[in-house]
Amino acid sequence: MSSLLAFLLLQQDQPFIKRFEPTLVHFLMLSFLLFVVGVAGVLSRRNIIIIFMSIELILNAVNLNLVAFSRYFQINQEVLRAKGLVIDSLMGPVFTIFIIVVAAAEAAVGLGIVIAMFRNRETVAIDEIDMLKW
Amino acid sequence: MEKALFIIFAVVSVAAALNILLQRNPLYSALSLVGTLIALSALYVMLRAQFIAAIQIVVYAGAIMVLFVFVIMLLNAPKEAPYIEKHKALRFLAIPFAGLLIAEAFYVIRLVKPIQMPASDDSAQAVGTTLSVGTKLFTDYLLPFEVTSVLILMAIVGAMVLARRGED
Repeated sequence: MSSLLAFLLLQQDQPFIKRFEPTLVHFLMLSFLLFVVGVAGVLSRRNIIIIFMSIELILNAVNLNLVAFSRYFQINQEVLRAKGLVIDSLMGPVFTIFIIVVAAAEAAVGLGIVIAMFRNRETVAIDEIDMLKW
Repeated sequence: MEKALFIIFAVVSVAAALNILLQRNPLYSALSLVGTLIALSALYVMLRAQFIAAIQIVVYAGAIMVLFVFVIMLLNAPKEAPYIEKHKALRFLAIPFAGLLIAEAFYVIRLVKPIQMPASDDSAQAVGTTLSVGTKLFTDYLLPFEVTSVLILMAIVGAMVLARRGED
């Protein structure tokens, strides 16, 4: 236990390039996997509530992408400025907040629609909800 | 150390995400989604976006998922066959297309060249502290912020109208 603590304390003194081992590519791959799982959920499940959850998963993958890119831009600020690129690295978190807000609004309205639909049709299976199809 | 933590949380988040699809009971899917969200918030902390991590747990895992669980329990829908199988022939096409998609994505991600990371002090200006995000939100992004409040108002009214029982 104490050796683990000493290890952690030693890590604190390391420069950033040594400590931050998962690079942007790792976060992009994780985001891609989450996005694909979300799309698979939207396409394969028939319970509309689970489809909503998969959409939340897709939005979360996008959020992870935004935050990872913004961290990446912040770390490489000097290098990017030397190349003539001035990027506001706080854009990622701000847009993430907006996405979370929109997700909350979407969940509220969507679940309201689900409740209204269930009251009329007694089902949440999307292949039985075909009133607009003729 | 960070790499080990990243791998742990990444595996947890993807496994929980897959569990959403594999569970037949929607309530278990909702719990899996909460697991994914918490693992992702740990990753946000790793990216020095502490405020986003807190918001992720408070708003997503706290508020939105409670709404989901509430609706699931309210409807009490019967369990049904989980997958749509209308076109069985498409299943044989699906595997090569999925492999193609994965190969393409990994090829594109490989193209991202790692820029040299300078060894700078990172504690001074984190990406997502409450101070920096709040300052940004109330100066440069004030108009989108206010528009967002109108959006929330519309969502509240819309949800109330939709979920209300008709009087007639």
